[in-house]
Amino acid sequence: MTAWLARRLTSLVLTLLAASLIIFLMIEVLPGDPAAFMMGLNADPQSVAVLREQLGLDAPILARYFTWLGALSHGDFGLSYTYRVPVGDLIVQRLAVSLPLALYALVLSTAFAFPIAVFAAARANKAGDTIIMGITQIGIAIPNFWFAMVLVLIFSIGLQWFSAGGFPGWQGGVLPGLRALTLPALALALPQAAILARIMRAALIETLAEDYVRTARAKGLGKTQVIWRHALRNALIPVLTIIGMQLSFLLAGSIIIENVFFLPGLGRLVFQGIIQRDLVVVKSVVVVLVFAVVMINFLVDLTYVAIDPRLRHEKRGK
Amino acid sequence: MMPRLSASFVIGAALSAIILLAALVSLFWTPYDYAALDIAARLLPPTPSHWFGTDHLGRDVLSMVMAGARNSIAVAIVAVCIGMGLGVPLGLLAAAQRGWAEESLMRVNDLVFAFPALIMAILITAVFGPGAINAIIAIGIFNIPVFARLSRGAALSLWTRDYVLAARLSAKRPLQISLEHILPNITGLLIVQGTIQFSMGIIAEAGLSYVGLGAQPPNPSWGRMLFEAQTMASFAPWLALFPGFAILFSVLGLNLLGDGLRDLFDPKSRRGVA
Repeated sequence: MTAWLARRLTSLVLTLLAASLIIFLMIEVLPGDPAAFMMGLNADPQSVAVLREQLGLDAPILARYFTWLGALSHGDFGLSYTYRVPVGDLIVQRLAVSLPLALYALVLSTAFAFPIAVFAAARANKAGDTIIMGITQIGIAIPNFWFAMVLVLIFSIGLQWFSAGGFPGWQGGVLPGLRALTLPALALALPQAAILARIMRAALIETLAEDYVRTARAKGLGKTQVIWRHALRNALIPVLTIIGMQLSFLLAGSIIIENVFFLPGLGRLVFQGIIQRDLVVVKSVVVVLVFAVVMINFLVDLTYVAIDPRLRHEKRGK
Repeated sequence: MMPRLSASFVIGAALSAIILLAALVSLFWTPYDYAALDIAARLLPPTPSHWFGTDHLGRDVLSMVMAGARNSIAVAIVAVCIGMGLGVPLGLLAAAQRGWAEESLMRVNDLVFAFPALIMAILITAVFGPGAINAIIAIGIFNIPVFARLSRGAALSLWTRDYVLAARLSAKRPLQISLEHILPNITGLLIVQGTIQFSMGIIAEAGLSYVGLGAQPPNPSWGRMLFEAQTMASFAPWLALFPGFAILFSVLGLNLLGDGLRDLFDPKSRRGVA
């Protein structure tokens, strides 16, 4: 176990380092002179020189990379060129919207997918299953940002149950905040729920063919009961992979959805950063998102091993 | 005997054909010029003269949807080609060489998976500015590990087959075996995955154009049409509905087609284990 964990941790650190190097090279080296790039064509040379100094661009590339990494490890992302405040503070503020949104969507998508998958698997290849699977095909094909617009048309403009956008902040209490995030989370969750339900159904059907399930059935347990009591746990491994992948996807997807609902999250921050050529902001947000994706994948791997100890040895044997 | 075609194959092929046809026809004919402004005819709801209505500048929505199909298909196809063109050889190489080649390929794969297409597009756009080409590159890069993993996995199981052993005994080189024996046997799998990545490419392109990182005006794109529709959707819902349905039907069509093709290539999968 410790050997496996050590190997996995080494590869985690290497992936994080390589990812940060890619981001650094793309943002700091590709544009030539980032300071001139950020200030635009009409900048006067003196202010470009000031910015160069402020960004520490005169140092050699490798030194700049390690300085940046060192600062990152202290949570220091640098100063935003447009907002004139530490980017770390901006990111923390925006994460308070993006992270709850992604988690809310994950909860919703799992909550929708579980019962649907159990229902369909218990009726595999019968009419109920076919209809449900047809609906999930449509669910997968719906672009979430379009679905978000349709939700706004129905629930905000038509029924007026929710506001069409904006975020009141958490200081007014949890409920108003969650309410503002409900439509965005639904828009993110439903297409994901369709994918999750299909994969779970397939995993369940496969598990239902196993001997111990037949034994449980022979004991007189109903099919749905067997699924909830026995099959679900064993079908969990492929499902966990997808849930993990979904969390990274939801985090990235929330970037687009935030634009539909005018939510002050990471997505709005990074798109404004692109428009204003604030490379410090873009670089920092991308680093946070990519690190989050890598960490999520790592945690999913750890959870596998917790669920199925056999995997520890398989990994070593490879 | 011809295998019986599944319902998903027929529906999927029909939907995909309609979208493809719309894109092809738009090359030489659309009901109106998709870029022509006609302020007098602005924000018309769907009528016999404008089937899908007109937008705030009086442009014909049907013509824009048709021309948008072209953009979506082009971006998605090129992105799939990038993914296949680089990913499949890498996957075959890893399966043939094992050892360090395989190990480094898998590590690089993990690394690329850490950059979802959207994040890659953000990086590229921040430096090079928005455009359809950058969208293609971002989506294409994300496709590479998908095809590399798939072809490595499939090739690994083929390398243990008797006919591959026979080929090895007759002193054929790994490259030759990969091309003559492995690749032809994973083509079906690649085509199925290709249709799935194609449909994902269409959604990704629409998302990127929606946030302004994809096709730029005056090139028509479904994603940007939706972005422009957003502020007008309450009084002109057709502006939001038709491009959305275009995306929905093309993605649905390709996914169903992929399912149908998988059934054709691999009858075992018909048992309902998707």
